[in-house]
Amino acid sequence: MKPHLIQFTLNGEKVSLTVEPSDVLLDVLRGRLGIKSPKVGCDRGDCGTCTVLMDGKTVRSCLALAVEAHGADIVTLEGANSRKWTQKLQKKFHEKNAFQCGFCAPGVILSATELLEKDPNPTAHEIKEAIAGNLCRCTGYEPIVEAIEETVKGK
Amino acid sequence: MPITTEFEYVKPKDMDEALHVFSLYREKARALAGGTDLIVHLKENLARPEVVVDVKALEELAGLDLKGGVLHIGARVTFSELIASAVIKGKFPVLWEASLTVASTGVRNRATLAGNICSAVPSADSAPALALYDAEVLTLSVKGARRIPIADWFTGPKKTALLPEEIVTAVELKLPGKKHGGCYMKLARYDGEDLAQGGIAALAFPDNTYRVAFCALGPKPSRCPAVEAVLNGAKLGEKLLVKAGEALLAEISPISDIRSSKEYRLHMAQVMLGRCLETAVARLFGKGPKYGNGNIC
Repeated sequence: MKPHLIQFTLNGEKVSLTVEPSDVLLDVLRGRLGIKSPKVGCDRGDCGTCTVLMDGKTVRSCLALAVEAHGADIVTLEGANSRKWTQKLQKKFHEKNAFQCGFCAPGVILSATELLEKDPNPTAHEIKEAIAGNLCRCTGYEPIVEAIEETVKGK
Repeated sequence: MPITTEFEYVKPKDMDEALHVFSLYREKARALAGGTDLIVHLKENLARPEVVVDVKALEELAGLDLKGGVLHIGARVTFSELIASAVIKGKFPVLWEASLTVASTGVRNRATLAGNICSAVPSADSAPALALYDAEVLTLSVKGARRIPIADWFTGPKKTALLPEEIVTAVELKLPGKKHGGCYMKLARYDGEDLAQGGIAALAFPDNTYRVAFCALGPKPSRCPAVEAVLNGAKLGEKLLVKAGEALLAEISPISDIRSSKEYRLHMAQVMLGRCLETAVARLFGKGPKYGNGNIC
């Protein structure tokens, strides 16, 4: 396999490294770049714990080759403070106890960030739809949806 | 889970270069667009290519436009782009409604319509809508271009008419010449990101003609000519729906698997057909739930 030199923006900083064609983005972020907020859950696109923002959109980093990140702008929860809604969401999640084990939280917060950037006045149905791909096994989702709703209302 | 298959990665900017790779490697080359199926297959060793061809830099595969009654959807257009398109929502509402039921936002941001029909699983949510709108699949290889009607595209579970040296460049849909209401009714365990245990799509026209198609109720998604023959010319009613349901049973052949039994699917197919047609007719007259609502059984 011919390795590829890739360059991309990770949380606002330029990174440059050599990867194999078969390297998965999630594994490179966690194993080589020390970015631990995206988690290895189902590892096949169903659970959403590996969610990162790629060029402003949530993607499954477990379903992307690292080499595909070349030229992209990747933002993980570690670097999401620059986004308008992320910190507000984090504070509200904390206040509402909207996560227990926390494994799903980085993915849920990034999905909610993407939603609010697109539409700052979502309905409860739209919030549920936006986080439908982020599985949480602790909370039963109610406090998560409430936290997102209250973030919007600025309560 | 690491990918253990060793392959080369190329990202051609030029169509000739891409086609050359496919003519050289044939079955050993795999196209990568959204990767939401391919990467899973690579991890599970279901795909073992020698070269992965990232087609996202090919400008010929971009484009989403309606011209002269034909909707052209380039092969790299994602489901999120379809959902964001006013043309899809306004003119091809069943494709819009079906796109909303495909997995979740994080998957739809990368997954493409072309990839969905190339994976060709029997439960492909987009397939019934494509059948309703008389879609054609456009392919290209060093030998030339082909247009394949969607009815001939699916040849079996995970099998298509695509030749090893070909790539899909676009999918084209025909705008029905008249006003219509439609619906994609999906049988899923919850209103989230589930795969279809069964799917029925329908269009209803003001002259009491109908189009009906299904997915996940047989080895390949398909139109239902026998159901349409029963329905055409008649106003929807309880007796007609019973007859249509009987005709549907002759056109589907569901299996039992981890998600449903064959018997459950046979029963629910008839229930869904009724709900789907009633919703399509209601929407034709500006009533019923909005597109994207009330379509999960």
